[in-house]
Amino acid sequence: MTIADPKAPRADQADLDKAADRPEDADQWTAKIRTAAVEALPPQRMLPDRQPAYVASWIYVFGVATIAALGVVIVTGFVLAVMGPNWWHVSSTGLFVNSLHLWAVEVFMFAMVIHLWGKFFMAAWRGKRKATWISGVVVFLTSVGAAFTGYLSQQNYDSQWISTQAKDGINSTGAGAIFNVTNFGQMIMWHIVLLPLIVVALVGLHVLMVRLRGVVTPFAAKNETPGVEPGATTGAEVEA
Amino acid sequence: MSADTHKKPRKFVQDRDALAWHGAYEPYDLAKEFLIALLVVVILVTGLAVLFGSPDDKPVTVRSWSTANPVDFAQTAITELDGTSGTAGYGPPYNLNGDAQSIGPISPAKWLGVHHPIDTANDYVLGPLGTLPNSPEVQAAVSEYRAASATQQAAWTSAYEKAVANATFTDGKLVVPPGDYGPVGTIVSALTDMARSGSLDGALLASRQFYGTDYTKPLLFIADGQYLANLASNDHLAGDQWGMMNETGQWPGQAWLWLYTLWYQVPPANNSTNGDIEVFAFMIGLTTLLALVPFIPGLRSVPRWTRIYRLIWRNHYREVEGRSGGGGTSGSPPQVESSAPEPEPVTV
Repeated sequence: MTIADPKAPRADQADLDKAADRPEDADQWTAKIRTAAVEALPPQRMLPDRQPAYVASWIYVFGVATIAALGVVIVTGFVLAVMGPNWWHVSSTGLFVNSLHLWAVEVFMFAMVIHLWGKFFMAAWRGKRKATWISGVVVFLTSVGAAFTGYLSQQNYDSQWISTQAKDGINSTGAGAIFNVTNFGQMIMWHIVLLPLIVVALVGLHVLMVRLRGVVTPFAAKNETPGVEPGATTGAEVEA
Repeated sequence: MSADTHKKPRKFVQDRDALAWHGAYEPYDLAKEFLIALLVVVILVTGLAVLFGSPDDKPVTVRSWSTANPVDFAQTAITELDGTSGTAGYGPPYNLNGDAQSIGPISPAKWLGVHHPIDTANDYVLGPLGTLPNSPEVQAAVSEYRAASATQQAAWTSAYEKAVANATFTDGKLVVPPGDYGPVGTIVSALTDMARSGSLDGALLASRQFYGTDYTKPLLFIADGQYLANLASNDHLAGDQWGMMNETGQWPGQAWLWLYTLWYQVPPANNSTNGDIEVFAFMIGLTTLLALVPFIPGLRSVPRWTRIYRLIWRNHYREVEGRSGGGGTSGSPPQVESSAPEPEPVTV
């Protein structure tokens, strides 16, 4: 009796691996996308196991903490969505899950703001990282919107007050024509479907950008590259 | 001449470009860091949830409002009938009875017009009363009011609005000083009774469809009264109490809205009829600046000027500056991680 090696690839899968990535298929769109993706983000860059020595500060933890908190926000929000919008008003378990959701949002926003200001004071947009910075700002703004619609979807006094006050600001911009903060049904759809999708997609894009460019290097030290000041020339060539 | 001959050394701008790293790489276990962060966040969030929970104050209904403060309800109802309430004179997107906010000629709400039409007299007062069964006296009052001229209606409502300021609520009935109010007294008293019974809540919601989720009409009606605002003021939620970033009780609210809320506390927004659009315009400007910091000379230099980066990278600088000859990022000349797609000509 022969016992198959559980770690060995399945025979059909192994055949496919051998058959794939042939030179004659290089013009395929799929092949081009795969090639470009692997070239841009090879596994070592996508999930590096080493970082430059300067990546040694507590400030770097807040980016990861933001993603971790976002995970808790999504899981607790998922439970609230499964049980429906009335559940947490009538169940002590539901109220506890709502509490987890609320505090996860507070931690998420706190960690993200620290992360954002940390990156600001590192001038983390340097070296082709402008899009990474902008995507981070957009994530922050979208998250503010996601949290705001969450407050509007509570179905309690707080959401009543917030919606009747916020309507004036939203209406003044004209957005009130299509984004009606006093419409509970519309707000909860934005809160549990549209904005989470956008936040998660943008966070994913943001992380890919970080991995693509790596962590920004420090400003020059006192004894490094003397004479490098704004406006000075270094003779350095532009990297395409 | 080929394109390559035009490729010139570019200016290195510290706040735009980054030096390439040629120093050491240390082990850094991202997956482990994430799992530890997740564990810490879960413990922190669970601890906070156990210790502090979350608020869930019951919503105000038309019934609870009219029961707790029937005089305020009646005073609000007459303003809905005569078109002097906040909602009645709001303007777009609810009606055309008021001017939309603007900055100079810019008035997006006016441009977009009415999208959630509300006619307060019909939607909040006359319409719901028309659904009352077995109420010939009330229906006659509604018919009389509808049939009267606008001038007559205004005379009745004006007189009643002054009188209801001194109204009381005694033995389950609204008591208004006597006067010539035509059918208005009957209308407002009947609406108050309807509200206190709870049927007005249903009438305001059921006007559109069975499975309604749009609470615009009852919410704006409730917000037109003083009751909701008084509750908010007692709970430090009013606009001039930084209310937009506060939460009921002592729970932290949307603290990240602090800058947005700030502008409502100071001139010109705190005493401007266009305060909301002014604050929004200002915040849109500030947010755009934040997003575009990398492109703005001067602003993008703030991190270097403040030198907080030296605290963040203190170990790196201690090591590099503690030895002669520079360290990881240095090189002579340095390699530039360019941030600009096109080279700039060198100006010497």
